[in-house]
Amino acid sequence: MGLFSYIVKRILFSIPVIIVISILCFGIIQLPPGDYADAYAAVAASTGGGSVSKEYLEKIRERYGLDQPFWIQYWRWVKGFPEGDFGIAMSLQGTPVADLLKERLPMTLFLNFSALIFALMIALPIGIYSATHQYSLLDYLLTFIAFIGIAIPGFILAVFIIGISIFWFDSSYIGRLYSNEFIGKAWNMDKTIDFLKHLPVPIIAIGVAQTSNTMRIMRGNMLDVLQQPFIQTARAKGLSESVVNWKHAARIAINPIISRIGVYLPEIIATEMLVSIVLNLNTIGPLFYDSLISQDMYLAGTILLVISIILVIGNLIADVALALTDPRIRFELM
Amino acid sequence: MFFKRKKSQENEEYIALSEGQLMWRQFLKHRVAVIASIILIFLYSVVIFANFFAPYGMLTSHNFHLYAPPQITKINFFDKEGNFHIRPFIYRQVAARDPKTLRFVYEDDLKQKDFIHFFVHGEEYTMLGFIKSDIHLFGVGEGKLFLLGTDIIGRDLLTRIIFGGRVSLSIGMIGVIILVIIGTIVGTISGYFGGWIDNILQRIIEIIRIIPQVALWMALAAIIPKEWPSTYVYLGIVIIFGMISWAGLARELRGKVLAIRRSDFIYAAEITGASTSRIIVKHIIPNVLSHIIVIATLSIPIMIIGEAALSFLGLGIKPPMTSWGLLLTQLREVQTLKHYPWLISPAGFIVVSVLCFNFIGDALRDVNDPHSR
Repeated sequence: MGLFSYIVKRILFSIPVIIVISILCFGIIQLPPGDYADAYAAVAASTGGGSVSKEYLEKIRERYGLDQPFWIQYWRWVKGFPEGDFGIAMSLQGTPVADLLKERLPMTLFLNFSALIFALMIALPIGIYSATHQYSLLDYLLTFIAFIGIAIPGFILAVFIIGISIFWFDSSYIGRLYSNEFIGKAWNMDKTIDFLKHLPVPIIAIGVAQTSNTMRIMRGNMLDVLQQPFIQTARAKGLSESVVNWKHAARIAINPIISRIGVYLPEIIATEMLVSIVLNLNTIGPLFYDSLISQDMYLAGTILLVISIILVIGNLIADVALALTDPRIRFELM
Repeated sequence: MFFKRKKSQENEEYIALSEGQLMWRQFLKHRVAVIASIILIFLYSVVIFANFFAPYGMLTSHNFHLYAPPQITKINFFDKEGNFHIRPFIYRQVAARDPKTLRFVYEDDLKQKDFIHFFVHGEEYTMLGFIKSDIHLFGVGEGKLFLLGTDIIGRDLLTRIIFGGRVSLSIGMIGVIILVIIGTIVGTISGYFGGWIDNILQRIIEIIRIIPQVALWMALAAIIPKEWPSTYVYLGIVIIFGMISWAGLARELRGKVLAIRRSDFIYAAEITGASTSRIIVKHIIPNVLSHIIVIATLSIPIMIIGEAALSFLGLGIKPPMTSWGLLLTQLREVQTLKHYPWLISPAGFIVVSVLCFNFIGDALRDVNDPHSR
């Protein structure tokens, strides 16, 4: 089977998955007692939106079919999604959710992607080094650091970094993704530089746990591969140690990591959400959090669904990447 | 398997060990994991007998000791004249107000030495519902002792950490029990019966694994009604944790059960007429038990971190209960962290307990993996 038909097949597989996830997310929206229009009125009153007119509430009831059974309500909720209509955020004075997502999604994807790349870039070389220098002092030290890296949750690390920077460093680049004077401005040179200065803290806080994890897995894989007969053959051919390690062993040892990216992604996104809430970044995490705090379950459910769809796509890309590096996978699905 | 045990120089004795005993011996070889177990046993004993180990009551606030700094670094054996005391002491902390910022500032009164005594009489308490006492592990007579400082209303942070540990450490344990029950049932059914049941269960597991666990926990925790008492909220969170996180265990077990199902001894049991339930309970579960234990051990730290995150964000445990994550909530104000950095110490307890569970889980996985023998 060609790569193309493999990709098509994987895309077709993920459509029912997305549908089931959307039903689950809608189930969460429906869990709290009371209907959406009442909740809307309550939230509007509590967030300073003032009282909402009866006609408007009726319009909402009509829009979401609140007097209808579950499946019709569900249909009213999802039918706009393919056209980019994600409903309105009642906790934010009825702002369309699509606008909120448009504003925050690119930054969210960028942060998560950067954190993933950061984790891989740091972890893979260190993992290979650790395996080729097994039981050396540095190996022990790195393994120990990795253990601690896994044990410190990202959001606590963010708090730590804030604390450290307050005491020892210039703390003006902590929190947010760009300084106050750039809020709402178009991207230019100054804003980009300012943005890049803000970037390391969130990326480190998000990436450390995955870096540590990947490093340990890479070390284990590498140790396994180095036991294989083909490595002995390579050595017997007289290849240099670095060629054996990096060209023959590392290329095989990296495959399980690629197949694990699908497992990493939910963890990275979850960490990113928590870290973004702590650092008050302009991503989906704080939006999700605010929607939960103000009990705007429609917004929360929509965000949960959007994140899940991103993850399904992420999994898809990871699978394709694996199929590219490991042809055996392509034939497994036949 | 046989192990050689040297009785004396001359005669050697061979003894047969059961699988469990072998594993135990393998486990003891992992020094770090053994140390981690000891630390955890210590932590759990402290939080179970919290009333005794904590110097004060959980909700006791001390006026004139708001945001008092930690005294753990100020424990002395030598006084300022250079005299040695066999009993450690601290100089009494006295509060004054900074005339400019109006914040409390604390100085040591070098005339007052408070000696630290063990098994002192303090606040009365009823421990575990039936032990009535007023004995605390340590304390000072007249003055106050705040080893890790106090919070905004003058509650001893160490006391709060010890009581908060009850919640933080128990949520993982109870949540894992729910996880193991659901995960084992689903995984075994899926692996044993195969076919369309397996197919459906696997698709469900895949879908649950795609949604980020913490986000789902957050969403479900936010649904818990705000007016519920804190014990109900606690139970609600435990149930959410257990109900959402079984997918990993079920998936792994399915693979194991699938492999075991095809082995000869299962066919033999089937031929001799053993019932399905007997085969599962007597032959399959014992063979996957070690996998269950490994995954359960590695799931506890995830739940500890999850609880900390939820409570930190105000979606989890609520007062008057407390937990390590809830204690960190104060630090969401950057100013608090700047002026009262000792309030971050609960994070240390989270990291240490997570680290210990990870070490033990990893060691168990090594022991469990036959290739490592």
